[in-house]
Amino acid sequence: MADKDKQPATVGSKTESDGCLILTYSGRLDCLTTGAVWRKTSYLLHRQPKRLVVDAAEVSYCDGSGIALFFSLRLRGLRNQFPVEIRNLRPELVSLLERFQADTFDLRPPAPPPQTNIPTEVGHWAWHVWQDVFEHIAFIGELASWMLKTLIRPVGLRWNDFFLMVERTGANAIGIIALLGFLFGLILAFSGAISMQKFGVEVYVADLTAIALIRVLGPFLTAIIMAGRTGSSYAAELGTMKINNEIDALATMGLDPVRFLVLPRVLATTLVTPLLAVLANLSGLVGAAVVFLWMGFPLVTFTTHVQRVITVQILASGLVKAVVFGLLVGAVGCLRGLQTELGPSAVGISTTRAVVSGIVLIVVTEGIFSVIYYCLGI
Amino acid sequence: MVPQNLYSPSPSDTLIRVEHLTVGFDPEIVLQDISFDVQRGEVLVILGGSGCGKSTLLKNMIGLYQPMQGRILIDGDDIVTAQGLARKAILRKIGVLFQSGALFGSMSLRENVRLALEEFTNLPRDAADLIVSMKLYQVGLHGYGSKMPAELSGGMQKRAAIARAMVMDPQILFLDEPSAGLDPITAGDLDELILSLSQNLAMTFVIVTHELPSVFAVADRVIMLDKQLKKIVATGNPWELRQNTDHPLVYQFFHRNEGISHKKRRTPVNPLPL
Repeated sequence: MADKDKQPATVGSKTESDGCLILTYSGRLDCLTTGAVWRKTSYLLHRQPKRLVVDAAEVSYCDGSGIALFFSLRLRGLRNQFPVEIRNLRPELVSLLERFQADTFDLRPPAPPPQTNIPTEVGHWAWHVWQDVFEHIAFIGELASWMLKTLIRPVGLRWNDFFLMVERTGANAIGIIALLGFLFGLILAFSGAISMQKFGVEVYVADLTAIALIRVLGPFLTAIIMAGRTGSSYAAELGTMKINNEIDALATMGLDPVRFLVLPRVLATTLVTPLLAVLANLSGLVGAAVVFLWMGFPLVTFTTHVQRVITVQILASGLVKAVVFGLLVGAVGCLRGLQTELGPSAVGISTTRAVVSGIVLIVVTEGIFSVIYYCLGI
Repeated sequence: MVPQNLYSPSPSDTLIRVEHLTVGFDPEIVLQDISFDVQRGEVLVILGGSGCGKSTLLKNMIGLYQPMQGRILIDGDDIVTAQGLARKAILRKIGVLFQSGALFGSMSLRENVRLALEEFTNLPRDAADLIVSMKLYQVGLHGYGSKMPAELSGGMQKRAAIARAMVMDPQILFLDEPSAGLDPITAGDLDELILSLSQNLAMTFVIVTHELPSVFAVADRVIMLDKQLKKIVATGNPWELRQNTDHPLVYQFFHRNEGISHKKRRTPVNPLPL
């Protein structure tokens, strides 16, 4: 490559007596060097010439940026109605420049988005909420219908997928549920013990922890973990399938995505959540027992207290909630996955919505159950 | 043949040199001990059947994959061993079009194309805007700058990705299946653009494609890879290879439609009476 190819780009100017401005470019006009020349050119053209002549004889190299510079001069001339003449540009560069016609090149900025006002925004929001509610209702109906059909004709369920999901959502979650349950029981018992010690009734820590865990916190903790772990994974999995047109492929093959994809997942979480809740309860009791032993009580006192306060009714009330939580987490995870739209962030949005919706539904359902149990005297 | 251009390169003006390259996914070897050069301003097309390692070779050449053996010299610098600033300097010389387009979905087309200009140059904003408009114009997407990638068809996304790859006018453009998903007219325009950039800016192209019309339109030279032998089995001008090859794979590739007899024309079916 010749040395002059490596020369930095420069622009010189000369104004003729007739008001003609001559701009002389030299050196290498590439995307790294054109910036400075572009700025200087803009400065030199701050006063409009009667005529502009561009001399490109000394330009040793010119890429798309340099071509853009020359083209911008043509556009400027067209816009401000002064003639522009480009001289001595190499033929190969002329052919690149001539690809763009200044008179037909539309540089208008894109139309701004339509202005909105508060009533319109509220209307849009209300419409989206209604659509979401409608989709929920339709989905629940479809799911319930398929569950009923499966009850009548269990062969219709894809059992292999179901067992795979049981393994993924249940067996693979045993470690995290056991660990968090243990820590939860430990913290609960410890916090209770500190307060109860002041009144000399720390022996009732066992009763407190057992009732709180088995009736409320065990199923609740399990459901929250399931929402974060399983609900999000369902949404991401089905969302990715939707983006890859796999769900459309199922539909065009005449296979119902709800039966094929949703049913095994929802049934798996419904089965697994109460089992994991039992595990969380047991782990929590072990954690509480550790605190109890640390306080100097024998283990038999702990077990006696637990056996005395935990009735079948309390155990069942916790497990019934866990079944409903499992159903909700599985269903909302799948629904959000099926609602996935296009774009790279769509799966992320669906996953977030699955977790948030799951947690909201769990808390609301917990409140409803509390009222129901209160009314039933449980 | 290297076209005449600004640099007037000599026949020995080698821009890419691949030496004794072995690539694959350990322990599986996809291509073994291959060597070839690419001259400045040359359009080299890599051909071969599905799964023969074309895209793998391309990804090794752009430094995404680490080869099992061998060297890849880009303008004299080995991209395999280069680190830090040296590697960045090599990457500035290349532009890449991925098979899927790989546009950033959270950015509009204009932002996608402008990204490199914003990051690596000191061009004023109006200059960058004009360059982006011109690049989009060149790929037939003028007026679509404010669209998001998800709002466009696959072919339009591919064209936007081409605009992004060439926005800095790199010395070398690596294109993985550039014509796939494009209609014949747009594919023809793209071929013309490749020729123009090659001839006028001495831009060098390494293209992976299956599209024979594009191969004959743009390629100065092709190399053909063989899946079984894991080697280059033919190299040369596509027109000459088509006429003079005695290699069965190459012959089959270039004459794929000649053995097929014309289908018997179907008799039009009368519509059912209403």
